[in-house]
Amino acid sequence: MTAKNITDRSTPLLQVENLQTGFKIDGDFYNAVEGVSFNVNRKQIVGVVGESGCGKSVMSLSIMQLLPQGIGKIRGGEVKFEGQNISELSDKKMNEIRGKDISMIFQEPMTSLNPVFTIGYQIEEVILNHEKISKKEARLRSVSLLKSVGIPRADKIVEEYPHQLSGGMRQRVMIAMAIACQPKLLIADEPTTALDVTVQAQILDLMKGIQEANDMAIILITHDLGVVAEICDEVLVMYAGKIVERATVEELFNNPKHPYTDLLMKAIPRMDEDVEVLATIDGLVPSVMNMPQVGCRFANRCPAAMPECLTVTPQLGEVGVNHETACLLYENSWPADAKSQREGASMA
Amino acid sequence: MTTRDFIQDRIDSLENRDVLLEVQNLKTYYPVTGGFFKRTIGHVKAVDDVSFTIRKGETLGLVGESGCGKSTTGRTVLRLMKPTGGKILFEGKEITKVSGSKLQRARRDFQMVFQDPYASLNPMQMVGDIIAEPILNYEKRDKKELEKEIKALLTRVGLPEAAYYKYAHEFSGGQRQRIGIARALALNPKLIVADEPVSALDVSVQSQVLNLLKELQIEFDLTYLFIAHDLSVVKHMSDRIGVMYLGSLVEVASNRDLYKEPLHPYTQALISAIPEPNTAIKKERIVLEGDVPSPQNPPTGCPFHTRCPMAMEICSKEKPPLKEVRPGHHVACVLY
Repeated sequence: MTAKNITDRSTPLLQVENLQTGFKIDGDFYNAVEGVSFNVNRKQIVGVVGESGCGKSVMSLSIMQLLPQGIGKIRGGEVKFEGQNISELSDKKMNEIRGKDISMIFQEPMTSLNPVFTIGYQIEEVILNHEKISKKEARLRSVSLLKSVGIPRADKIVEEYPHQLSGGMRQRVMIAMAIACQPKLLIADEPTTALDVTVQAQILDLMKGIQEANDMAIILITHDLGVVAEICDEVLVMYAGKIVERATVEELFNNPKHPYTDLLMKAIPRMDEDVEVLATIDGLVPSVMNMPQVGCRFANRCPAAMPECLTVTPQLGEVGVNHETACLLYENSWPADAKSQREGASMA
Repeated sequence: MTTRDFIQDRIDSLENRDVLLEVQNLKTYYPVTGGFFKRTIGHVKAVDDVSFTIRKGETLGLVGESGCGKSTTGRTVLRLMKPTGGKILFEGKEITKVSGSKLQRARRDFQMVFQDPYASLNPMQMVGDIIAEPILNYEKRDKKELEKEIKALLTRVGLPEAAYYKYAHEFSGGQRQRIGIARALALNPKLIVADEPVSALDVSVQSQVLNLLKELQIEFDLTYLFIAHDLSVVKHMSDRIGVMYLGSLVEVASNRDLYKEPLHPYTQALISAIPEPNTAIKKERIVLEGDVPSPQNPPTGCPFHTRCPMAMEICSKEKPPLKEVRPGHHVACVLY
């Protein structure tokens, strides 16, 4: 066996450290993800929530190294998978990891399958890329995979083309492809956003079932807090390219600390209560091209903003058991130098 | 006044109001053509025998999954589509068959807010002109006066007056939806059909638009037909809710009854499937098997019987009619 498998089980499966991903606009790079750090443990389901443009998808593409070539670039930080830094691997080496150890499913089951190849061919392609088995064996594997994701008439479906299937069925096929080589980590980018609620329920159940059966970890990227509450263990809330809060799912929903998280939760109409007026967040996310260099990025929209929020950049600091937030309302979010300055000022 | 009192008050006051829109046995079929001569070889029954009423000042929500016919219902009500059968009565007058200038005159009273704020605004027109267009369709107006009026309208929907001179691409999604709302309001309509008005927006912006729609309803005494796939949004907006499945209305009830006590097995499954942003709630989920059948070839009898966990033999034979089983609570299911 390779060294990989001997790696200590206690090290996190994925470690993202100070990741910075930039995009080239008119010749200059602007960071869409700015210093994001987090860990994913084995068998853990980590949710990443945030509104459009917060950098959650760019972050996942950075982990997979699927950024658009020449435009997007990892500009700093490290991504370690089982202790190995994968952010500097060659394309060839990365290809061995993609689809085998880490795989990904996307939002659009309509566009992420190739319309001119059969379902079976597309699943077998993944298997044959990573394993030395015959085509016949691969076909048998893909039929049993399709069965395991709940597709009826799997032996017939392998011969069919993507357009012959419904959206929910296509997403099942995507999942079958993603789990074909029993990856240790699945990155799911808005996997149920394009689906109806009853189908979404089926897909979430399926993902949870596979996660338990295969001991797989999942990074679930979504804008839907309901989905997060449903299946995640831990949640990262992102705003304007940064993580503003990280907590276990219970902590986050019962005890949100960051004003952004709090407003986000009050902005959604709820089934379990009647609210006449929903909370709103005024203003807009600053554009990536003129992001404030110091201070909190949410300050211009935050109802609790203080003068310091414009000059002191908050850090992720502990606010509870397994709960961190980056907001100056909390002592631990103050960077050390600013804290001592502030104490000095209050003394005088 | 608590929210609960407010809602009760609203229900009481609505009950005595006149019916604004009545839809009777509405049918809208799309022809399916095939072969060399493009002969009609079948029909997609997008809306199949749907009846409901909306009172003045009320919001009726229509929910259902994609392809259930909710948007087609909205479009047919506005006569953007020709109904295949049934009747549409607006303030007691039949508008099912009117056409030409009569239809244009009738349309003044009903407007639409579309789903996609990116596609429903003309990129070549100034925002001021976009909003002026419906008005100028009906009236000759003094230019200066009209401009003033439109600027006031822009302010009302939460946009700066300067928006008048800008183009749609200069605005964010939420702001564009505000422009769409201003355009719908320009003619002082009685009925607004809002077809998925917030599904393209982020939650924080979604709540702004929902709040705005609610304020405007009270201010201008508007009646809404609110179409969406998101049940929690529909619940927030509506007084009464109709649930559609495969072209049929399967349940109509007041907002509260529907969520407290859904009667139709489809509604029950739909409500149980919504993931709630609350870790304390662990719902018994009814996971439906399979997919929605094709509306081109719908199952006989009850449209839901192929996926219904309670289906009986009779369900595949007869289509149950929508009937009132409790005061104000209508359901189309043989169980009741």
